[in-house]
Amino acid sequence: MTQELAPVSERTEVADGIFLLRFTSAHIAHTAQPGQFVNIRPVAGLSPLLRRPFSVCRVEKNDVEIVFNVAGAGTRILALKRPGDELDVLGPLGSPFGFGEDFETAIMVAGGLGIAPFPFLTQNLRGRKVETFVGAGTAGKLWLEHLQAVHIATDDGSKGFHGNVVALLEEFLGSKNLENSKIYGCGPTRMLQALSDLAKMNDLQCELSLEGDMACGIGICQGCPVERVNGKKKYALVCTDGPTFNCNDIVLA
Amino acid sequence: MVKTAFNIGEVEFKNRVLVASGTFGYGDELKELVDVSKLGGIITKSLSWKPRDGNPPKRIVETASGMLNSIGLANIGVEDFVEEKLPYLEKLDTVVIANIAASSVEEYCDVLALLDEKEGIDAFEINVSCPNVKEGGLSFGTDCNATAEITSKLRALTKKPLIIKLTPNVTHISEFAKAVEEAGADAVSVINTVIGMAVDIKTRKPKLSTVTGGLSGPAIKPIALAKVYEVAQTVDIPILGIGGIASTEDAVEFLLVGASAVQIGTMNYVDPTGSIKIADGLRRHAESNSLKDVGDLVGAIDANVEFSVLQSWL
Repeated sequence: MTQELAPVSERTEVADGIFLLRFTSAHIAHTAQPGQFVNIRPVAGLSPLLRRPFSVCRVEKNDVEIVFNVAGAGTRILALKRPGDELDVLGPLGSPFGFGEDFETAIMVAGGLGIAPFPFLTQNLRGRKVETFVGAGTAGKLWLEHLQAVHIATDDGSKGFHGNVVALLEEFLGSKNLENSKIYGCGPTRMLQALSDLAKMNDLQCELSLEGDMACGIGICQGCPVERVNGKKKYALVCTDGPTFNCNDIVLA
Repeated sequence: MVKTAFNIGEVEFKNRVLVASGTFGYGDELKELVDVSKLGGIITKSLSWKPRDGNPPKRIVETASGMLNSIGLANIGVEDFVEEKLPYLEKLDTVVIANIAASSVEEYCDVLALLDEKEGIDAFEINVSCPNVKEGGLSFGTDCNATAEITSKLRALTKKPLIIKLTPNVTHISEFAKAVEEAGADAVSVINTVIGMAVDIKTRKPKLSTVTGGLSGPAIKPIALAKVYEVAQTVDIPILGIGGIASTEDAVEFLLVGASAVQIGTMNYVDPTGSIKIADGLRRHAESNSLKDVGDLVGAIDANVEFSVLQSWL
């Protein structure tokens, strides 16, 4: 883990209202694993105050990329960063996705900005079979780079399957024999609930990347609990026990 | 050389900057980023007798230059603390203060008595001011007699410095400070969080699961300064000033109104090394003002309390 001022090298609007920021941090680029995140301070001042967590989207040499939409004061500022600006970055943080297990096909399922961790996971799954399911509200909000074998769903039907991404996956699972697969999911909570149910019904391993309201990102503030299915402690923390969880271990609410 | 050290009782702190309870974990989480030997002291997360799960989400909401929290004293319990965390804390080259929270007078006493026997704990800070649990916490901290009673019971159990952390959620905080001073406290921490609330206008529900929470961060700094100033008019024991301190200048303000030292809280989340920068900043501020001791700033404000509304109840 490091806290550093990382220079921004690129800022691009990669889809309608979706921004990619690339910054240089050799430490994070070389030590981060898929599923981990960075916690970024939008301003050196006091408003907005807290850091914002972002999945590591991709790394390349000494560079790290994140993607986000403008959701509030912090991301509004980040969307205006320019090459040469410095980003106060803390990372890499959290527990990465598990991908050492014995499975043939990795099925990635992203709802909206849930796409964020999957280019990095795809990078690290070279040699494995991959199927990627991407859902968005409309075609203009799709960002599909650095993915493999992409299946698209849009809420308004402007591209690909007309409906939600979990329904698309369900159709796909019905038509193929994908018994020895592992699902990776990231997106809104309701989508993850549906995905988790689908995985259980099909008896597939399923790991989810969650979001949480957090102040520190490193297990101190205790601000980001998620209820455990069982275990000695009632809550896990999204920031340190996650953000990646086996869908059988947590209660999505 | 500017003197930076100060004492509470027989415990010497190498400088006047500490990290506040709940914002620095149990001391080990930030070891990769923060050289704790450059801090005056660290205060642990509140410890209770049994582990506490804490409140359901949502526990945190960001507000203008601050944050609301409703953690609910989630902690590993004092036994696991002694087993898992104390061995690390014992080796640190800084003062370690155990913060204790409880839902009964007996529980405060049991936790303190257990810790008092252990090496590695230099002092105690008593949380009678948590706004996010129904039992204990604020129900003690807003009752002057109960606060004094807890203080005198704990005083009888330890010779180590006993610090009472006071809540601003009372009409006259100075009465509470006076009561704990008379009951034998060695110092007071001023202030804990301010009760606050945030509402989601779409769902018309409160944003926090417990409806209200504790406001912290730079948003509360002016409140905290006035409370420290008020308490400083009333007691002779040291005051640890806390509330939204984000810079050396903020820390100097707290010393000027009467704090002997400061605690950095919410800003540890934002800038983990900020506390160390402030400790060094205080030394340099003293140096550039030709002071021999950072302590020369304590209470050095040029103000006449008679011009303040505070005067009517002091």
